[in-house]
Amino acid sequence: MGRPSDIPVWRHIGEAPCPPSGQERVTIAIVGAGPVGLAMALEFGRRGHQVLLLNRPDFISAGSKAICFSKRSLDIFDRLGVGDAIVEKGVSWNVGKVFWGDRPDPVYQFDMLPVKEQKRPGFLNIPQYHVEDILFDAASTLSSIDMRFGHEVTNVLPDDDGVDLEVRTSLNSYKVRADWVIACDGSRSPIRSMLGLEFEGRIFEDNFLIADIRMKGDHPSERWFWFDPPFNPGQSALMHKQPDDIWRLDFQLGWNIDRKAAVAPENVEPLVRAMLGPDVEFSREWYSIYTFQCRRIERFLHGHVIFAGDSAHLVSPFGARGCNGGFADIDNLGWKLDLILRGEAPASFLETYDEEAIVTADENIRNSTRSTDFITPKSETSRAFRDAVLELAQDFPFARPFVNSGRLSTAISYPDSGINTPDMDRWVGGVAPGSPVIDVPIGNRWLLDRLGNRFVVLADGWQGPAPDGVEIIDVGIAAETLQLIRRRFDFSPGAACLIRPDQYVAARWRTPTPALVSDALRRARGLA
Amino acid sequence: MNKLPVTPNLSPSSVDDVYHWLVNAHEGLSDAESMRFNARLILLLVNAIGDPQLIREAIHYAARTRKSET
Ligand SMILES: Cc1cc2nc3c(=O)[nH]c(=O)nc-3n(C[C@H](O)[C@H](O)[C@H](O)COP(=O)(O)OP(=O)(O)OC[C@H]3O[C@@H](n4cnc5c(N)ncnc54)[C@H](O)[C@@H]3O)c2cc1C
Repeated sequence: MGRPSDIPVWRHIGEAPCPPSGQERVTIAIVGAGPVGLAMALEFGRRGHQVLLLNRPDFISAGSKAICFSKRSLDIFDRLGVGDAIVEKGVSWNVGKVFWGDRPDPVYQFDMLPVKEQKRPGFLNIPQYHVEDILFDAASTLSSIDMRFGHEVTNVLPDDDGVDLEVRTSLNSYKVRADWVIACDGSRSPIRSMLGLEFEGRIFEDNFLIADIRMKGDHPSERWFWFDPPFNPGQSALMHKQPDDIWRLDFQLGWNIDRKAAVAPENVEPLVRAMLGPDVEFSREWYSIYTFQCRRIERFLHGHVIFAGDSAHLVSPFGARGCNGGFADIDNLGWKLDLILRGEAPASFLETYDEEAIVTADENIRNSTRSTDFITPKSETSRAFRDAVLELAQDFPFARPFVNSGRLSTAISYPDSGINTPDMDRWVGGVAPGSPVIDVPIGNRWLLDRLGNRFVVLADGWQGPAPDGVEIIDVGIAAETLQLIRRRFDFSPGAACLIRPDQYVAARWRTPTPALVSDALRRARGLA
Repeated sequence: MNKLPVTPNLSPSSVDDVYHWLVNAHEGLSDAESMRFNARLILLLVNAIGDPQLIREAIHYAARTRKSET
């Protein structure tokens, strides 16, 4: 393939050879090997399905993209077998601080891991190319995954049972028949255009400069955000630590600017020096400008074509909900399509992916839109409220939670999902149906590691029998953390909950019976 | 709906005082400063009310009044 000259290369992969001629058939074809496509391939490859992953570029790109990965994404990486590699490479953090003007003390501070004693930190900073690298290497070890870089999908022809794809390389073109196509082809999704689907939403009139620089610094690993700092008056700024002495500086620039000039080193460097001091020693990694939009497609499911990641939804970066939102799609889709492929759930079960993934996307869009409205007020009144919050926050604790410099990505609940079994007992807190399980130490291991990616009954003394193939994990093995688990789940002796393969609670009971559990299991599998 | 008191909740003897404080607080402020003052005041009151439904109702009534003016 011709390489778009403006995309920097992180790692050259090379163009894969074309398959031998003749009609090729695969179970799942994934279009696009960004972070979402790569992780999606791992999800299905590890479950033993035949996956073909097609990616237009023949390289992993460098440049400035995602760096902030949520605890939820780290939990998903654990299930994909790459959690340790990613966490070892990255910089963990929990605390965010928000500054205003030249005041030395933060006006607001938050902790992304309010519930301690969990395996993973609230957030991890690691450049997207490292994540892609690690996912690529993990996918390379599986014979179930056939990765073809330098292969571009040029046409998609869906019918009632599957999809025909046309693929082009620098040498040749060929056709593939897939039972299912997952479009992970990014924000400009050619698949979306080929199917003529709208991508509705809102564009924000603002430009942000990213300066990824290399320097030795002893700044703590925390997220620092400024409103109206002296080094970028009237605008905002953000500072994040990345591994290998790389730092991300992010400067709001406003709308009417010369975007080309803004990334010229002679214009970026004064900003960096104003922020970090006139004598700071640093070198340029990558300077870029970004603008953003909040959009989503109306449905994520179009027959046998499924959308996930940026092709389905786009958010502003404040809140790190882009890539993290894409991983939530994988998590939701993986076990559902797996059950369908095994014949254990009807194809209509995928409607619940459309339903739940849209709940996630809408909440991400809502949150990131609200953050953007706070950071970039659209009217004088809006700015007055924003500044009033900042003024009050200095003296009055009540105003501090209003400060919105980005509400960072966490797992999103589906309280109204049709595959939940509603509570019939009285619960005070705990983990309600449709909410993700909270991690906790349990007998020398972590609960999330024990749960894995299958249906499990977590029981406080209930002995079953559980439905076929469903393991009961008794919290009694926890020993010294038993009371902690009881508090987190609001368990009482005899209680139990049914946990989905994506580690969301499907149902819970104070006094379960085998019939109640198997009913809830049927419902959670789309059979009720 | 209908949780927000819309019948007199302040004693008749205090309403003129309260109104005077509200208006008087803006004396000498530019329009921009006034706007910010109002925003601070609303935020303080909103927190004191402490019930999102009441606040929504108040916003709803305030918007309705504006519409009937035009
Ligand atoms: C400056 C910036 C900062 C960000 N920071 C964060 C952050 O901190 N946290 C976060 O969660 N998110 C962040 N994001 C968002 C994040 O980068 C994206 O959400 C993420 O890249 C989406 O991944 P994806 O796999 O869906 O799409 P992409 O990464 O866009 O990958 C799509 C792939 O599909 C390929 N493709 C396209 N068409 C075809 C075709 N026809 N045939 C074959 N292949 C095709 C593309 O070439 C590409 O390789 C940030 C984004 C930006 C721009």
